Amino acid sequence: MTDASPPQDHRAPGHETGVDFRAELPPDVDRIPALLEEIVARARAAGFPHGRLRLNLRVGVCEALSNAMQHGQTEGRAPIRVEASFSSARIEVRIADRGGGFDPGDLPDPTLPENLARPGGRGVFLIRKLMDEVEYNDVGNSLRMVLLAGGPAGEAG
Amino acid sequence: MTFQVNTEGDVTVIAVEGQLIVGNRQELKQTVLDALEAGSRKFLIDFAGTGYIDSSGLGVLVSLSKKIREHGGELRLANLNDDLRSLFELTKLDTLFQISKSREEAQASF
Repeated sequence: MTDASPPQDHRAPGHETGVDFRAELPPDVDRIPALLEEIVARARAAGFPHGRLRLNLRVGVCEALSNAMQHGQTEGRAPIRVEASFSSARIEVRIADRGGGFDPGDLPDPTLPENLARPGGRGVFLIRKLMDEVEYNDVGNSLRMVLLAGGPAGEAG
Repeated sequence: MTFQVNTEGDVTVIAVEGQLIVGNRQELKQTVLDALEAGSRKFLIDFAGTGYIDSSGLGVLVSLSKKIREHGGELRLANLNDDLRSLFELTKLDTLFQISKSREEAQASF
């Protein structure tokens, strides 16, 4: 079930990102669509420009959730933890599972001709293409993704 | 996601309603396999009712495309919205599939 925390007031020096939204999901992929819509609705309510919510945010988060649910599992069906913060300029989503992790740097490029006909292998690729900042922890079982209203840093308007 | 299956001439037309994402792919796969077994060799998947797709949805289309080709058949995709087109272009799957703007254009291309 979701826990809609009120926006946190983190004014301690250096603590800039609050958590506006928290959820723990069982590893059940049928729960993904409803969570995506809630995240997109909160982003809209925060005033984030609509243009990149429908595709970039929705599919980026969808990929991260399905990866966590399908690859980030231990024997006990541990829940997936989701945290997000929203402003008109920036959306940050953090997704963590309790699996053994993986090396996101060790993935083949799915756009290469020899990989194009593979049914899988596009999830992390899409996250990196659709979100502006993507960072995995060292183990590879926690992901931080950011979408910026102005687009990726360094890109001309 | 739901879908409707019709036959238009010798083409099996599958109209997808909803999002083709992780968790709801098996029925679509089975529908195509059943139609192949029944002798259909031309397939058109119409995405007019689909808002978005994820990588597993793309994956099931790749698998279906391969299966259909193995049976000597052809597959067309039609009515992809801008978001779907973006995903196919990002993943370079627009080079693997024959994508048509409309059902009519897809039908004419067989």
